[in-house]
Amino acid sequence: MSQQTSPPGGSGPLPVTGQGSPAGSVRQTGTSQGKGGRSSFLGHVGRVRNLGLFVVLVLLCVIGALTSGNFATSQNALVILTSAAVIGVITIGQTFIIIGGGIDLSVGAIVALASVWCTTVATQSYGLGGMVFCALAVGAVVGFVNGLIIAYGNIVAFITTIAMMASARGLAERISDRQSQVVTVESFNSLAATRFLGIPLLVYILAVAVLAGWILLNRTTFGRRTFAIGGNQEAARLAGLDVRRHTVVLYVLSGLCCGIAAIMLTARTTSGASNLGDLYELDSIAAVIIGGTLLTGGRGSLVGSILGVLVFTTITNIFVLNNLTTDIQQIAKGLIIVAAVLIQRRGRRTATP
Amino acid sequence: MSAPLLEMQGVVKEFPGVRALDGVDLDVVAGEVHCLLGQNGAGKSTLIKVLAGAHQPDEGDITWEGEPVTLPTPTAAMRHGIATIYQELDLADGLSVAENIYLGHEQSRLGFAQRSRMHDAARQLLRRLGHPEIPVTREVGELSAAGKQLVSMARALSHDARLIIMDEPSAVLAHDEVDNLFRVIGDLTATGVAVVYISHRMEEIRRIGDRVTVLKDGRTVARGLPARTTPTSELVSLMTGRTVEYVFPPRPENPGPEQRPVLLEVEHISRPGEFQDISFSVRAGEIVGLAGLVGSGRSEILETVYGARRPASGRIRVAGSVLRPGSVTAAVRAGLGLAPEERKSQALFMQSSIAHNVSMSSLRRFARAGFLDARTELAATTEAVCRLDLRPPDATRPVRTLSGGNQQKAVVARWLLTDCRLLLLDEPTRGVDVGARAELYTLIRRLADSGVGVLLVSSEVPEVLGLADRVLVMREGRLVREAGALDLDESKVLDLVMEGSSA
Repeated sequence: MSQQTSPPGGSGPLPVTGQGSPAGSVRQTGTSQGKGGRSSFLGHVGRVRNLGLFVVLVLLCVIGALTSGNFATSQNALVILTSAAVIGVITIGQTFIIIGGGIDLSVGAIVALASVWCTTVATQSYGLGGMVFCALAVGAVVGFVNGLIIAYGNIVAFITTIAMMASARGLAERISDRQSQVVTVESFNSLAATRFLGIPLLVYILAVAVLAGWILLNRTTFGRRTFAIGGNQEAARLAGLDVRRHTVVLYVLSGLCCGIAAIMLTARTTSGASNLGDLYELDSIAAVIIGGTLLTGGRGSLVGSILGVLVFTTITNIFVLNNLTTDIQQIAKGLIIVAAVLIQRRGRRTATP
Repeated sequence: MSAPLLEMQGVVKEFPGVRALDGVDLDVVAGEVHCLLGQNGAGKSTLIKVLAGAHQPDEGDITWEGEPVTLPTPTAAMRHGIATIYQELDLADGLSVAENIYLGHEQSRLGFAQRSRMHDAARQLLRRLGHPEIPVTREVGELSAAGKQLVSMARALSHDARLIIMDEPSAVLAHDEVDNLFRVIGDLTATGVAVVYISHRMEEIRRIGDRVTVLKDGRTVARGLPARTTPTSELVSLMTGRTVEYVFPPRPENPGPEQRPVLLEVEHISRPGEFQDISFSVRAGEIVGLAGLVGSGRSEILETVYGARRPASGRIRVAGSVLRPGSVTAAVRAGLGLAPEERKSQALFMQSSIAHNVSMSSLRRFARAGFLDARTELAATTEAVCRLDLRPPDATRPVRTLSGGNQQKAVVARWLLTDCRLLLLDEPTRGVDVGARAELYTLIRRLADSGVGVLLVSSEVPEVLGLADRVLVMREGRLVREAGALDLDESKVLDLVMEGSSA
């Protein structure tokens, strides 16, 4: 954006130091000790908002350990983390979107499209780099289109992304002809099998994504503006923020997360398919909600969202270990969503006067 | 005097950490206008909500027509004949005028709404309120603030209300609409309806009030004072515990603003239906006031200068350079700042701290490669907060805990941190109590003295005349007069803004 004015001599900017104001109006206070403002990563985890969820997770682990001898093993912990990796990365993008006052219902479809596009015969001929680039580009471009329609077409996010959910999934089916596309590039498939220090690469990817997302959300101007736009869009606009551009970037970010997730998921299944990522939009939104993020935007926590993902994956894990059917699993999930929101609301009421 | 219609004794309401009401006494007799005075945070809103059945008191007695009552729900309050007209009107924007008036007690037979009967009844109520021209089928969202207020009052009447509580009803109204409101209140009280009237404007209390009850820190400090004869100084000192006069800071003697460079030049801007062919300028260090009725185009001009609206024609220059039209970002970069009319919905992030609110337009200053330095941010915001004497001077507190006047200071503080050269103020003292008003006036003058140009919109003519150096008078989207503030007086300005408008 271009600079609009060049001030002529004389009319200087308003001094922030008190030189222009009468004596006595400027009071020095001890701000140098700077007690507030920052809170550590662990401080966030321990904050009351996420404490309830953390307790739920611990309780689940206790239940898991009591009901199955195989639960409390390091091997099983890695199984949980690995299965949390894909939906975890998607949930990071979803958290940004929802804190920014939007919603992205197309994440599952983007995963499918990116997965299918990066596994076509043509793309596979470019090898590992080409496939990774293709998945990320597809995610970013679809997110960009979402953002453009929402920010500049003034169509609400719910409608835009539900339309994208249909179209992107349809395009994925058309490209793949509903056949699963086997990946022959060995280096790509090995992404899921690779381990460092006994821990799968997918878990590292999740950890790095969470850390980067947390820093972006809590330590940068971008994160601050995301909270502002979600909290009060009109006030953000009148404060001089470029709300539209910011919204576009948010959806590109979510699309990119889906691209990363598509790579991880495709490598795990060693094939691309148009039915991958089914219902991921609901899973990610559910995790964000039980993580304490307001669905109306403006307030939320990435750590909470990730705890939410871990709660859901742990439940699934316990059910699988105990050979229980998925229908009961779904019922339990629903109950947990309602219970978590009820608990949070009570906590919030007592916290604010 | 007859037995009171409503009597409250020792009412206490506690919220976690706050004792919002700490022993409130109030008695209201039928047919009177009972004014409720108190600073922001004195407990007026909580008291209203107790009467409306929205909050349950923890202690104390409420007597209605000599009988002790409880008001467990809003419906119960309404059944007794207590109606409340809130500041933020609780209407359904998507429903029609008639549907809003009869919301919750639709006229129906066998479950089917009887539209024509409802429409007739609604029309009758609006006629009684002196506004038969409001179409009952119109969507409420399309009405002006004054129109919405009338719909709220019609709803109260439809419940056969015996006591109507009005929370700052005049704050959203233009001058002639206030007159109409007072006429309606007069009609209502003549039929025996009691009105509890909340306002910060002393002259209104003098005009329509019968008795005054003063609240301070959740307690009744004076009850049933005569509204017309109690001296203002006594009321103010009861409210604040100190004596403050409604004073304006002195204008600077020299150098006169004529010698200062021109900051803002507005050249022939128009927006069809809002304002036509507006030209004026603002110099550095000068306060220019825009006077006019609500709907005369004042706020629209302010927002157009700020880039929140795009002018259909005309140009806006800041310090000589043409401003990109319709871009708030460009305006802020050029050194403009706006304190909008609706603080809560247009300026503040209520879930955030004071510091985060204040730094929102200058985040770049506190960032390196996009990473925020929270320490310098807190230091700079605290300095701005102290400079404006914002209380409490702790920038880490949530902004929603501040009173109206201090929230306004937080908005102004935001522009201290940008390179703000021209401050646009839209109704800066709305909902601000008397003591804090004087402080805001001093603050605005001090900013001007430091070289900032100020463009001020206010519905209160004395405020414009007392604070501004130069006054632009608007009527129906046109600039009808430009003069030094000393060359005008209140009646002259009122003449100008009303002339030709049908009263």
